[in-house]
Amino acid sequence: MADLYSVTGLHVSLADMTRKPLLGAAPRIGILHGLTFAIGRGEVVGIVGGSGSGKSTLGRALVRLLEPTAGRILFDGQDIAHLPEPALRPLRRRFQMIFQDPLSSLNPRQTVGTILRAPLALHGLPLARAAEALDAVGLPRAHLARYPHELSGGQRQRVGIARAIALRPDFILADEIVSGLDVSSQAQVLALLETLVRDFSLTLAFISHDLSVVRRLCTRIIVLHQGRIVEDAPAARLFDAPKAEYTRMLLSAIPLPDPDQPWD
Amino acid sequence: MTFLAVEGLTVRIRRGPWLLRGVSLAVAAGEARGLVGESGAGKSMIGKAILGILPRAAEVVSGRILLDGTDLLRLSDRDRRARIGRLCALIPQDPLTALNPARRIGPQITDRLTDILGWDRARAQARAAELLAEVQIADPPRVLKSYPHELSGGMRQRVLIAAAFAAEPKLIVADEPTTALDVTVQREVLRLIAGMQARHGTALLFVTHDLGVVSKVCRRLSVLYAGKVVEDTDVRAFFRTPGHPYSAALLAATPKYTDPDSSLRPVPSAVIDAVRAEVAAWDAAHG
Amino acid sequence: MADAAEGRGAVRRRAGLRLWLSGGWLAALAAAALLAPWIAPHDPLAQDLFAGRLPPAWQAGADPAYLLGTDSLGRDVLSRVLHGARVALFVALVAGTLTALIGAALGLLAGFYRGWVDVAISRLVDIWMAFPPVLFAILLIAVLGTGLASIIVAIVVIDWTRFARVVRAEAMAQGAMDYVASARVAGMGRLRTLATEILPNCLPTIGVLLTLEMGIAVIVEAILSFVNLSISTDAPTWGGMIAEGRLSIHQAWWVLVFPLVALFLTVLAFGQLGEGLKDRFDPVLR
Repeated sequence: MADLYSVTGLHVSLADMTRKPLLGAAPRIGILHGLTFAIGRGEVVGIVGGSGSGKSTLGRALVRLLEPTAGRILFDGQDIAHLPEPALRPLRRRFQMIFQDPLSSLNPRQTVGTILRAPLALHGLPLARAAEALDAVGLPRAHLARYPHELSGGQRQRVGIARAIALRPDFILADEIVSGLDVSSQAQVLALLETLVRDFSLTLAFISHDLSVVRRLCTRIIVLHQGRIVEDAPAARLFDAPKAEYTRMLLSAIPLPDPDQPWD
Repeated sequence: MTFLAVEGLTVRIRRGPWLLRGVSLAVAAGEARGLVGESGAGKSMIGKAILGILPRAAEVVSGRILLDGTDLLRLSDRDRRARIGRLCALIPQDPLTALNPARRIGPQITDRLTDILGWDRARAQARAAELLAEVQIADPPRVLKSYPHELSGGMRQRVLIAAAFAAEPKLIVADEPTTALDVTVQREVLRLIAGMQARHGTALLFVTHDLGVVSKVCRRLSVLYAGKVVEDTDVRAFFRTPGHPYSAALLAATPKYTDPDSSLRPVPSAVIDAVRAEVAAWDAAHG
Repeated sequence: MADAAEGRGAVRRRAGLRLWLSGGWLAALAAAALLAPWIAPHDPLAQDLFAGRLPPAWQAGADPAYLLGTDSLGRDVLSRVLHGARVALFVALVAGTLTALIGAALGLLAGFYRGWVDVAISRLVDIWMAFPPVLFAILLIAVLGTGLASIIVAIVVIDWTRFARVVRAEAMAQGAMDYVASARVAGMGRLRTLATEILPNCLPTIGVLLTLEMGIAVIVEAILSFVNLSISTDAPTWGGMIAEGRLSIHQAWWVLVFPLVALFLTVLAFGQLGEGLKDRFDPVLR
């Protein structure tokens, strides 16, 4: 079976508005410099890197929140890299995203019910799936009537997950979704994600700055550094024998909860 | 010798809920203690109480904060501020907002030397340059003349560490000082704090949610839940065998790439219920 | 967390009082304005030269029929203040609403669509704001002629930029939030996103601006009446009364003071109403 995503020569550069001359175009800053990789169906891929590595930009290009400067993004065989928004819209049901900060990604003036039903209505899907999605993420249906600010951080992130899975997508991009959570909620959300990937046979790309978090969930890991892929390997191999210098540096910098770890 | 002793510190929102429920902990001179807990556990509140910067709405109901033998809570506002200013310093969480963007780095460090120690400007400036060198900043004279926005996040955090150690405080409260940083930068900054703390013989109260970080910097550790200390122990002992079920659950929930199967375990609800019951029992006993 | 909750509680209690006071005054004034023809004790235009400059009822030499005294032409001050409220509130309501609609619409478009739409609207705002507003108003009225409609048009034409600028900034800030990205990921169209995601989050800001604008409209109307550019000169307007009262301040302070107090309280109440409503009903703050 063909890969779900096949990315070749992906370049993204953004206009640097701080250095825009009064007349004429702003100079461009390269964020991603020719990335090539594929994501197979059912794979759970970790995308890891420090701040400025371009991991979030890559994620946003995959779900076409931004248009790449150059390169191809084949989604299920169709190049979506430069597809105009109206042509993209019917496809959007199939690739969804969970955002880092649920407080920012849930409209504060809408109830959980409205938030979950709006995407379903847009794609002409049964609205009853909103309640089912809440069941799937382990929130009581009564939460449909609540506002985001009435929920805890972990509960909000579950709503974000419910919104993504309600559309029954093929692919979900999770962008740093546990970095704002306490360790106990973090563990719960990751366990939930593990279950959902299995039950809905999802393909998942999990963006994180934290290799430890990715270790548990992902089968394959892509390490980004300054807009380039420095390593792309099965999880077990990457942790046992990291090849790239940068990966080794990242790994050795992680403070394990163990006073005997040689860390210096 | 105990330098800081917090005894039965109880803080509440005026006419509102408890923030700290009879917190006791001690930090010996030159010792590093970690304060660990999840958000809302009150770990930052303890640091704020010690530094005398509790939010307006909070009031200390009972307890003592003995700083070098003197109870801060029995001093006048003026004396308390003077004493805290002379003996304590803070390394804040967010290097972006902790430096005044409109002032150069130099005066933001030398202020403490001229104000607290009464040094003249020339001497303070020379010392500031030394401090920047000590936190491994290349070209201190240039950085002293820079504005905060000209420095990277890691550099700014180094500047804040230099500023905290400037007036040779006896106690430093570090409030999640590396949460905003990348792991590689975090390692440098943590090594720096640990090294400076050891060299200067400063007591350190290190507030963090990250057990990994605690294991690298601290010798002793207090685990908090809902403003209550659930465990107060030696760091080595803690990571070998946590003494409280909640601590054990917290440790099992912490990610650990070397042992993926026994990490990131959700905290069992029985553990949460048990620790909540402890808190409820305290509440019942204190009206 | 608990700290924030406490803060909100305090804000809410204060908001409650201020909402009641400002809302109470404005409601009373609106009732008075609506019922003015029936509750005003005298015809606001009726002159009685024998009853000129009578002091308010509680002072020596007063006629109890004229509760707040009379002006130099013997017109009842209370009746004129009540009828003046009609003009003031009408201008506030109509001018404020029109200004909000036009300014907020342009601000939303500029802030959400960015690009050339933003450039066009923002430059227009910049140029517009370079005109001195008072001169602009006087010029406009000189062209349009005096009258209630001219005042309203003048206010709208001058003040829409205030809404456009603030709402543009707010729409931009909201547009950067992830729930807007999320709507896009869900496949929502641009206009729909603007209507369901951005606009509701800009409404509190628009509401506060609207109440402020109503206060400003009351003042502008008073100023234009003061310089005699409002409706006909003997019609009862607060600004007109203040202008007349100014001339006889030493003989009859009440002619100046009562409309001034009404004006002051009304403008204050509009401002406080906006803040109070926001604190009370904004689900995000609550």
